[in-house]
Amino acid sequence: MNTIYYTQSFRFFRLIMFLMGFALIWASPALALDGQIQIHDPSTIMLCNGKYYTYGTGGSSLVSDDGWTWRRGVTPSRRGMAPDVIHVGDRYYMYISSNPGGQPHSQVIMISSKSLDLESHDYGWEDGGIVNSTDGVEFCNGIDPGLFLDPTDGKLWMTFGSYFGYIRVVELDPKTGKRSDDKFTNIAINCEASTVIYHEGWYYLLATHGSCCRGADSGYNIRVGRSKKLTGPYVDHTGLDMILGGGKLLIGSGGRVIGPGHFGLLDLGDGVQKFSCHFEADLDRGGSSVLDIRPLLWKDGWPIAGDNFKEGTYEIESVRTGTALELAVEGVPVGGRRSRGARRMFAGQGGVIPPQDVAEVSSNWPAGNIGIRMANYMCQAQQKWAVTPVTNAGGYLGSTYFKITIAGTDRVLAVGEDGELVAVPAFTGGHEQLWRLDQLTDGTWRIMPKFASTANESLVLSAIGSSFATLAKFDPTSDKQRWLFKTP
Amino acid sequence: MITLRNIQNKPAFVIMVGLVFLTMSAVAGCAGHGLEPRTAYNEKTPNADGFIQHWLILEPISANGLTDSAVQTAVKREYFPDQFTVIPHDGDKVTVNDEELTWHAVETNEYNVNLYYFAYGYGKRTSNVLFWAVTIVNCPKEMPGVRLAIGSNAASVWWVNGKEVIGIYGDRQTIIDDGVSKRLTLKKGPNVVRCAIVNGGGATDFCARFLDADDKPLKGFTVRVGDTRK
Repeated sequence: MNTIYYTQSFRFFRLIMFLMGFALIWASPALALDGQIQIHDPSTIMLCNGKYYTYGTGGSSLVSDDGWTWRRGVTPSRRGMAPDVIHVGDRYYMYISSNPGGQPHSQVIMISSKSLDLESHDYGWEDGGIVNSTDGVEFCNGIDPGLFLDPTDGKLWMTFGSYFGYIRVVELDPKTGKRSDDKFTNIAINCEASTVIYHEGWYYLLATHGSCCRGADSGYNIRVGRSKKLTGPYVDHTGLDMILGGGKLLIGSGGRVIGPGHFGLLDLGDGVQKFSCHFEADLDRGGSSVLDIRPLLWKDGWPIAGDNFKEGTYEIESVRTGTALELAVEGVPVGGRRSRGARRMFAGQGGVIPPQDVAEVSSNWPAGNIGIRMANYMCQAQQKWAVTPVTNAGGYLGSTYFKITIAGTDRVLAVGEDGELVAVPAFTGGHEQLWRLDQLTDGTWRIMPKFASTANESLVLSAIGSSFATLAKFDPTSDKQRWLFKTP
Repeated sequence: MITLRNIQNKPAFVIMVGLVFLTMSAVAGCAGHGLEPRTAYNEKTPNADGFIQHWLILEPISANGLTDSAVQTAVKREYFPDQFTVIPHDGDKVTVNDEELTWHAVETNEYNVNLYYFAYGYGKRTSNVLFWAVTIVNCPKEMPGVRLAIGSNAASVWWVNGKEVIGIYGDRQTIIDDGVSKRLTLKKGPNVVRCAIVNGGGATDFCARFLDADDKPLKGFTVRVGDTRK
């Protein structure tokens, strides 16, 4: 056996590299969106010709090929404040607000285009004129439009308003994007950046409370009330009407980001919903205002903001079976094997039994590929998975792809050539070794290999029986394809 | 409700209301400092949700800053004599920084008092200002274990019978029951509720009610603005 002797200077160098690496990991914005994401008051994200688009105050725009890495887009034909966009029929309608002559005098102007893609021959903004204005005297500052197409009857609506006075809703003509009539209904107060979504028989008014535009001192937070009628009243979970200032918190500041505002729904279908917003201050980006995308969950009839997946070590448990994903190897009980009926079996071994040493138990595992199965979770090494974001591997709406390895080893969860799950000895970055994790609306997770994600194939990790997992077509009504990531 | 529209379209309205109060004040006699139980006139009840809708409000004073320290400094500064004890009347005047300011009796039919329209209607500043407001809560009996619950845009500090009971700070919108006091006792008879609202920019308003021991809106009291007399 060759013995390697480390010089003192090498040891010091290695320590410095470790500390630098640790600092880089700690300092990097691990799971924020990638690329150019600075924007203020972003519109609902639109999908057009396979790309994602959002537009913000001042004519800013962002575009992304995958919803993870963003870059600067093209300024539309009109600039203004807090635009929103909706796709109705064959056109994209953008509504942009302004305060000509100063608040609370306001206007919302509409422009439309058949495409958002600059490369498309259908790209070209047409002016649709003023769809709403406030005269500076009435109790409404009519900025921050939010658009909603009612799935129950096909009607098109626009909410608008800011901290001066009421939030109002008006009806638009879905064929033209213009006003249907002069009527309006007051539905909330003391908030802005409103929009409506629909879920299981209820209309939900999302609106932003608190102060904006102060960097890390911004108190922005997104709140919600609900109603059985589009025109309200919208009432929060305590029964307080949003026209009296009510609103259940959906999302506030947290982690390294402060001041969320301007909710935009992203319904991906199949029980996957996300939402976009901006944070007034991303502390890892100098406190700049940035776009973010988060999972949208539902509990007891109320929307809840999910968190983007946090890397760590987890037990991956099937909701269907209650069994955990593991390498198909012989497990060793934590603390060592003891025969049934051994002395002091019930009294224990005395002292603290440490976690299983993966280096020790894995020395008995096969060197090459290892099969995957499911079993009762027993806190053993072959059942603990490290889930780690992979940089420069692309991403999907709101996230990068992840690798899933047995914690403390290089063994990577992958899809084998036979289309079944396997653990391969080392990570190579192939699409069969990268995983997309989407949180479903009930808080459980869908796990999809990257090659399926990029091919828009609905192929996901699925339980079969209690002891085996495979890839199968996603069925949103089944719990076979729902997973929990539990602290091991 | 006081709105820009009805102030602009009916400028006599506010003046008429003020004249009514002024006339009644003159009939009732001059106000003195200190309170004594007496037969109330012009007594009103809070609205169905317990919100107090009658206040005497002073035209705004310049003030800057919404942080805890900035607001506390602003409200503790003496702008006019006896500002923490005065029971004003509609039409009373004070001089602050060489500017004459007037107390106005205000009635709202909403849960909140819109200070933006109040200031705008009198041709005063609406941004970077401090408003003093006072009302008198008359209780038929001692009411222990109650809490004052307020909301304000933006920061505000509140006193009940001279004791500071609530302070909320920062740039915020009016939210019902945003700030709530510790339990306190309302005396039988008159109780003075005083507040200072500090606004940065934009809309400004406030609301106030009392909550009972079960955190429900307190009823069974009346509110008076106007004269006291011996």
